[in-house]
Amino acid sequence: MNDGPYPHSAGQVPVLRLGDVLLVTVQGDLYDSTAQRLQDDIGAGVAAGGVTGVVIDISGVEVVDSFLARVLAEIAAGSALLAARTVVSGMRPAVAITLVELGLTLPGLETALDTEAALALLSRGTGGTFREPR
Amino acid sequence: MPEQEAAEQYGTPAREVGEFLRRRRAQIAQRWADESLFRTVFTVSRDEAVESGLAVVEALAAVADGGRVQDSDAAGFDVVRERLARMGASRSRAGLSTARVSTEVDALRPPAEDLLVADLPDAPERVVRDCVTTLTVLMGTLRLVVLETVLSEGQELIERQRLQLLEVATPVIELWDGVVAVPLIGTLDSARSQVVMESLLEAIVDQRARFAILDITGVPTVDSLVAQHLMKTVAAARLMGAECVVSGIRPAIAQTIVHLGLDLGTVVTRASLADALAYALRESDTGRASAGPGGSGRP
Repeated sequence: MNDGPYPHSAGQVPVLRLGDVLLVTVQGDLYDSTAQRLQDDIGAGVAAGGVTGVVIDISGVEVVDSFLARVLAEIAAGSALLAARTVVSGMRPAVAITLVELGLTLPGLETALDTEAALALLSRGTGGTFREPR
Repeated sequence: MPEQEAAEQYGTPAREVGEFLRRRRAQIAQRWADESLFRTVFTVSRDEAVESGLAVVEALAAVADGGRVQDSDAAGFDVVRERLARMGASRSRAGLSTARVSTEVDALRPPAEDLLVADLPDAPERVVRDCVTTLTVLMGTLRLVVLETVLSEGQELIERQRLQLLEVATPVIELWDGVVAVPLIGTLDSARSQVVMESLLEAIVDQRARFAILDITGVPTVDSLVAQHLMKTVAAARLMGAECVVSGIRPAIAQTIVHLGLDLGTVVTRASLADALAYALRESDTGRASAGPGGSGRP
């Protein structure tokens, strides 16, 4: 997605800190510049210390392109370097289908049904919905 | 030559047949009402059969006037096409084969032919022969029109049933709190697997399901395409935060998957639906137990 109708007033996505978790709720469509800024904000938040998990709620996002998928994967990889786990929650069915059809299955990214499940996932340590079959 | 003169007072065979049909339309319709095609379709009243017969005769006359006795697309047929379709459809619903319907339409010809011959007592033999031939061709065209409508009716039926199958064959059921399952039955094509994927993902959102079970006990064969669809569904469910379990892979299908060299390594598989449910319950239990206080508030 490009910079949208107002490139100079590109919105900011608030990054909330709840204890040792960073909570990001994305509302509406995410433009490229906003996504980039979000990535920087989260990086700074994790680097500030004391953060063990990042929850990105995208239940308000209806359109996802390959760039946004890459940003999500990069946020996860970057946070992992700083010892924080990233969980993406609330992805809509249409978005999931789009990503799969694009071939972007985002391996290594943890997912949860909603924010509550994501927080529960983080609080119970390792595991989550993505793991090797046994 | 006297015969030549006699022939000249007659128009072209098509025009003669058209005039004859209009002149004798009441008699022809009465005779046709007794034939099995009209008799069996219009069982309620004979008047209705006669009225339908009249409409068909008039359409034939219009076609004959236009001189396009061989053309099944002639404008004259448009008026009766719906009527014929209804008759043809009713006959094929009654279990008649297309050939039988064709025979029944053909049975309309002899009565009309008899009337035509009786109608031209003084005409030279050649004129009578030409007229009979034209009438035969015309009736053949009528037969073609009826068969066309019967066949298109069959096509519509198939299309309708295909859509019904799409809706009916993909129920998503809630097996347990937070566990949904889709029992897949029949062959999976792209259209069906798309519907399965969409309804499963919708159900995951609606039921807040942590686990989704794809049961393929009823799928007769699995090829690489079907396997790819399964993998896509599993990946999409994972992106939404649910875990997908594939169950009910029969030994023969397992062999096929191995032979095809398909890698289902990232997919959790279980032998039966019961095993898959047991797995889901155990997993959600351990998840809840280790979550401890302040963990998931799901009851």
